[in-house]
Amino acid sequence: MSDATPRKAISTGADWDFDLIETYDAAIADIARNEYGLDTYRNQIEIITAEQMLDAYASTGLPVGYPHWSYGKEFIRNEQLYRTGQQGLAYEIVINSDPCIAYLMEENTMAMQALVIAHACYGHNSFFKGNHLFKQWTVPDAIIEYLHFARRYVMACEERHGADAVESMLDSCHALMSHGVDRYHRPAPLSLKAEAARLKEREAYAEKQFNDLWRTLPKTERPVEAKVQERYPAEPQENLLYFIEKNAPNMEPWQRELVRIVRKLAQYFYPQGQTKVMNEGWATFWHYTLLTRLHEKGLVTDGFMLEILKSHTNVIFQPPFDAKYYSGINPYALGYAMFTDLRRICEKPTAEDKQFFPQLAGSDWKKSLDFAMRNFKDESFIAQYLSPKLIRDFRLFAIADHESQSDLGVDSIHDEAGYKRVRKLLASQHSFEERVPDVQIQRYSRDGDRSLTLQYKLHRGRPLSEAAAEVLKHVRFLWGFPVKLEYLGPNDNVLETRQVA
Amino acid sequence: MNHLIDRRLSGKGKSTVNRERFLRRYKTQVRAAVKQMVGERSIKDMDRGGEVHLPKKDIAEPSFGFGRGGEREFVLPGNKEYVTGDRIPRPKGGGGGNEAGSGDAQDSFVFSLSREEFMHIFFDDLELPRLARTVLGTTDQFKSIRAGYTTQGAPANLSVYRTLTNSLGRRIALGGAIKQKAAEVEAELERAFHEGRGEDVARLEAELTRLRGRHTKLPFLEELDLRYRNRVLRPEPVARAVMFCLMDVSASMDEEKKDLAKRFFTLLYLFLTRKYKQVELVFIRHTEEAEEVDENTFFHDTKSGGTVVLSALEMMDTVRRARYAEGWNVYAAQASDGDAFGSDPAKSARFLREMILPMTRYYAYIELAPEITSHASNLWAEYEVLAGQNENFAMRRAARREDIYPVFRDLFAKTATQK
Repeated sequence: MSDATPRKAISTGADWDFDLIETYDAAIADIARNEYGLDTYRNQIEIITAEQMLDAYASTGLPVGYPHWSYGKEFIRNEQLYRTGQQGLAYEIVINSDPCIAYLMEENTMAMQALVIAHACYGHNSFFKGNHLFKQWTVPDAIIEYLHFARRYVMACEERHGADAVESMLDSCHALMSHGVDRYHRPAPLSLKAEAARLKEREAYAEKQFNDLWRTLPKTERPVEAKVQERYPAEPQENLLYFIEKNAPNMEPWQRELVRIVRKLAQYFYPQGQTKVMNEGWATFWHYTLLTRLHEKGLVTDGFMLEILKSHTNVIFQPPFDAKYYSGINPYALGYAMFTDLRRICEKPTAEDKQFFPQLAGSDWKKSLDFAMRNFKDESFIAQYLSPKLIRDFRLFAIADHESQSDLGVDSIHDEAGYKRVRKLLASQHSFEERVPDVQIQRYSRDGDRSLTLQYKLHRGRPLSEAAAEVLKHVRFLWGFPVKLEYLGPNDNVLETRQVA
Repeated sequence: MNHLIDRRLSGKGKSTVNRERFLRRYKTQVRAAVKQMVGERSIKDMDRGGEVHLPKKDIAEPSFGFGRGGEREFVLPGNKEYVTGDRIPRPKGGGGGNEAGSGDAQDSFVFSLSREEFMHIFFDDLELPRLARTVLGTTDQFKSIRAGYTTQGAPANLSVYRTLTNSLGRRIALGGAIKQKAAEVEAELERAFHEGRGEDVARLEAELTRLRGRHTKLPFLEELDLRYRNRVLRPEPVARAVMFCLMDVSASMDEEKKDLAKRFFTLLYLFLTRKYKQVELVFIRHTEEAEEVDENTFFHDTKSGGTVVLSALEMMDTVRRARYAEGWNVYAAQASDGDAFGSDPAKSARFLREMILPMTRYYAYIELAPEITSHASNLWAEYEVLAGQNENFAMRRAARREDIYPVFRDLFAKTATQK
């Protein structure tokens, strides 16, 4: 496959400099765009130190963040792990923004920098730009601006209302972060100008409403007339933070704004949580493909390629379930294997593939991969594309853990009868519903005691974890009035009610 | 199209503020940890960071999640021998097979306090204003050092070389013109002599004699030439200090009081280490009699008996004379609950005034009272008189940790005004 005229390698040796990085970047960009047609945002490559990498870790990769103790905890944890040698640092961090910001660590060798550029600047970047979840839920050209706004706002609040008041607000909002996203409809796009205008309006309203005379009115003890109560909200609400922001009876405007900020952040991370396998798989597939091509063109040396392959194989290693260091299915491994397999199915389909994927076998692999990248999330991607061959390669098997039985059962394995079942289970294992319990707001007794009722419908009999009691306290704090949590059984009968008065 | 930015210089420590937030939030726990470290550490090791363990559940951030129970399936990689329908006993602790094994090693969240953070919390506890870096008062040792030359001085300091150099220079400067003039006159005389101008010869001869006379009359040494080696006295900090820790270990001193005393001693020690290169510690404990012990025994060993303060003071004086007589800054810190009887308080106060205070740079006494309002002891009453008369004596009653720092406040207030 190699070109007729082997060219001279761009560099030899481990050292990098800025010119070299630019040369490599240009070479990789050339292959990515012109040979494989990857469509990306512009790239902004930033060289940082290990210490800065630790900082970036703590703020979940975001370049700007508001101050909060939980980031400090995260920082301390990572720092400790790093210092005691239990954990290395990631080679890169990439931010879903336009331009797409990628951090490269200065300690990396030239080969590693090239790997990271291929992985982050062309792999992740094209995924951010192409995947439908990212397109719908995030606004990459506004996120950095918004983060700056959030930071300034939180700090201004701290100055005005005290760090403790802000901290307890944020604590409570963070507890509900996973329930602060519109799962099904696309949120309004972010824009700094609109945010500022909305903020002003909110303040103006508060000022207009203020009249000191109200304070002097004597309190009457008129009994509340029992009206025919409309049900409110009309439909159960899944976005708890949104509902609280809009409806909490006694919340100050600045508190509502903090709820909103946390909500917006949760929304920004929402697609990432649902496309871990795809996103990492896509980026890994492309760094492998792009760098291999670079090698074929004679632009890099064999030594360079060996170093790349060494870290590549580390990244896609999947330990078996009974290994000491097993910690779940490695999204890099699964994702990479799936995209590679997808290409294989397109190029060299077997009889089995033709049976399982009639529409894919023999198609143009670039188009098929592109389609997969754009239109799926982990759950549907696995359900759609996990091939029997991969199930065999990974030796996947499903375990059933049913409370009613004293032991675990092997539900299905990598055999003819089990392929579809294993695939279905692995897919649902990656669904949002499996990870985040479906807690919804059922009633807000607007005309009564203003209490809020949440409902959790037991998902296959699985109860909420013990932390739920703590979370409920946070909801109570945000809401300002009593909060109830009802557990619903299979027939929508209330099994249990927990209350924080 | 692509930007490459070097961010390496644009500052680390983005997380510093978050780290501080974290410490602030868990202040109680961190303080408790620091307190424990203070208890375990030697005074000399106090000045470094340490590791803090926080229970994981204390710092957890709750969110809605699934608990144990109900029905679920999960997919695992790496099947070896299982076939559909196999039954596997539940691993201990229920849950899925993958969660077992990651047991108790993770129960607590461990992190290191830096030296600064440790000291901050340590001092914070003592309600210490940010004075820790203030330099202690001047020292009274001087060293005579060479400082060039002066025109006045004792004959013993005369610098012969410098003086003669000056003399030579002066004689060249003053004599050069005369010599030249004399040479001219001599040449003229020669010519006059050859030409036979009689009166000229006589006049020139007289002139020559006068000039030669002037030259020889130039003094070999003049007051002006004298140079003396100059010496000035420079205050020389004595780089060594010895700190005597005196503590009453009679039965009434319980662990709580000893902990208080330890902080008190530590504080003085830390101040001293900022000032002196070498600080030695002498631990003297006393009941009815005093003995010199090592630090561990000092703080942790119990001994019962009565109280004779004087014994400790005498012991200190003996040790000082024997080992620290010259070239040492002597500091002393005494901790006691003040239970002294009979003539002992009065004798101790007198001994302190006459024998110890004159030789000591600073003497701090702390009386560990059960509560600050309880009535003062006999020893306190006697010492109180001393405090009025001596600047280098400070005393304070302390029932809680925050009472300790003010003992040193006077010392720092004084040096601050001196500066």
